[in-house]
Amino acid sequence: MRDFYGVTLPNALLLGTAQYPSPSVLQDAFRASGAGVATVSLRREAGQGQAFWSLIRDLGVRILPNTAGCHSAREAVTTARMAREVFETDWIKLEVIGHADTLQPDPFGLLEAATILCAEGFHVFPYTTEDQVLAARLLDAGCKVLMPWGAPIGSGLGLNNRHGLRMLRAAFPDVPMVIDAGLGLPSHATEAMEMGFDAVLLNSAVAQAGDPVAMARAFAFAVQAGALARDADPMGVRDMGAPSTPLIGRAWL
Amino acid sequence: MADVTIIGAGVAGLFAAHVLALRGLTPRILDRNGPPGPHGCSWWAGGMLAPHCEGVTADPVITRLGADAADAWSAVTPVTRHGTLVLALDRDRAELARFARRATDHQPCDSADLEPDLPPRPGLIFPTEAHLDPRRALTDLTAWLAARGIGIEAATADPRDIVGPVIDARGLSAALPDLRGVRGEMIVLHAPDIALTRPVRLLHPRHPLYIVPRAGGLFMLGATQIESASRAPATARSVLELLSAAYALDPRFAESAIVELGADLRPAFPDNIPRVTVRGRVLHLNGLFRHGYLMTPALARQAADYLITGTKGELIHED
Repeated sequence: MRDFYGVTLPNALLLGTAQYPSPSVLQDAFRASGAGVATVSLRREAGQGQAFWSLIRDLGVRILPNTAGCHSAREAVTTARMAREVFETDWIKLEVIGHADTLQPDPFGLLEAATILCAEGFHVFPYTTEDQVLAARLLDAGCKVLMPWGAPIGSGLGLNNRHGLRMLRAAFPDVPMVIDAGLGLPSHATEAMEMGFDAVLLNSAVAQAGDPVAMARAFAFAVQAGALARDADPMGVRDMGAPSTPLIGRAWL
Repeated sequence: MADVTIIGAGVAGLFAAHVLALRGLTPRILDRNGPPGPHGCSWWAGGMLAPHCEGVTADPVITRLGADAADAWSAVTPVTRHGTLVLALDRDRAELARFARRATDHQPCDSADLEPDLPPRPGLIFPTEAHLDPRRALTDLTAWLAARGIGIEAATADPRDIVGPVIDARGLSAALPDLRGVRGEMIVLHAPDIALTRPVRLLHPRHPLYIVPRAGGLFMLGATQIESASRAPATARSVLELLSAAYALDPRFAESAIVELGADLRPAFPDNIPRVTVRGRVLHLNGLFRHGYLMTPALARQAADYLITGTKGELIHED
């Protein structure tokens, strides 16, 4: 597995911490998922959420603060700097929202903020689209990881643009990439891993499930299955049927 | 001479006094702020008695033990039993289907048949649910107790200095381990031209809203749920979200007057289920989270059972 800014993760899951029925369910879901990274939002929760924050810290996983809800580069940069102080980490999931309904990234604001934060020594995980040109610019700015979306945040649609994602993966084969946002089912995560992505980042798919703990376990199996399948070199597709039993040499009775 | 000393005159403390008095005990009530008011989080509640709607995200124990809350409250304060109406905007229709799948005791409905004053939408009706006015309930409880010679003394107290059994119902001030504050913000609007007879919940993936009608053309809009222990005034973002959702439900809310903005903290344990934590002769009634009025009757009853007969209900935690 590729490393993320020098860190190797225990599995290919990064899990968000919002919208669970209770902190107890959140903790159980994390344990069931085996996720090694928890994303946390500074904006609303962490300001004076010491009790909640200590519950997250008790998970014993790496923290990836995010800039969720920021609509401009300036807001995102300010939030990232505050997150570095509060959570004592250089990691930042950089989210600059361009549209309130689709929650798609603002590519221009994202690049601007990534440039500033990389220069300040942050380890930036940019929430981006499958756009290759933007990806190249983010890498030029100093990002060592990319987080292309599967679909709009919270939509549960899965991988909306498979062709674009495959192109992105092929264009930058050595860059660690996380599919971030839009996954709803374990099969989406398996597919992302089969396509060669290095991890998936989820929140709603687990937190909004009727049984978040069971769904967390399902996603843990799913990323494992996808990674195993990718490493096993899939057979590939063909248009014609091919018998699995040879016709020549069959006993003639 | 009191049989039990209760510290904290919020919904939990007052209802515990009510239950103990019904069982023939004489409680004494102390609260550093005196009678209930804006200093306590009970003041800011919605007052929905909605065990089935809450069951969509809460532990099943909330639905089960909250089921007779409306009956219990009827003994002291007016309870409106018109059910809960659950609606979603057209583009969020999937939220309605999911809510229906996960909730119990409801039927599909057309809002026009139940709340003809609202723009018509398909929805769900939870016919057995109810609501009350929390401030009226606190006042009525106080009066019910006063009529039996039980007053509320404005005094600070440390449970360790008190002789005999103690019920500590101070909420977050009790500073129990694992107890945290969950911030909630609410708005009261005056919209006398809008007629609603029951609480309406608007499902939304990002900004869920409930609107509870109160007497005098008032509507309580709630409530945000933020993992923060900040008691700062309601933020512009939260107010925008709540008002936008209300406006989407019925554009006439845009013309209403904002009578009140409130923000306070709900005491909650990590599982968001209330507990009676027993520490020697002190019973802590706490962690009511967003289920203060829904779960207080069951919590108070289990505390009284434990005190009087030693029965250990499922909310009892011996420390």
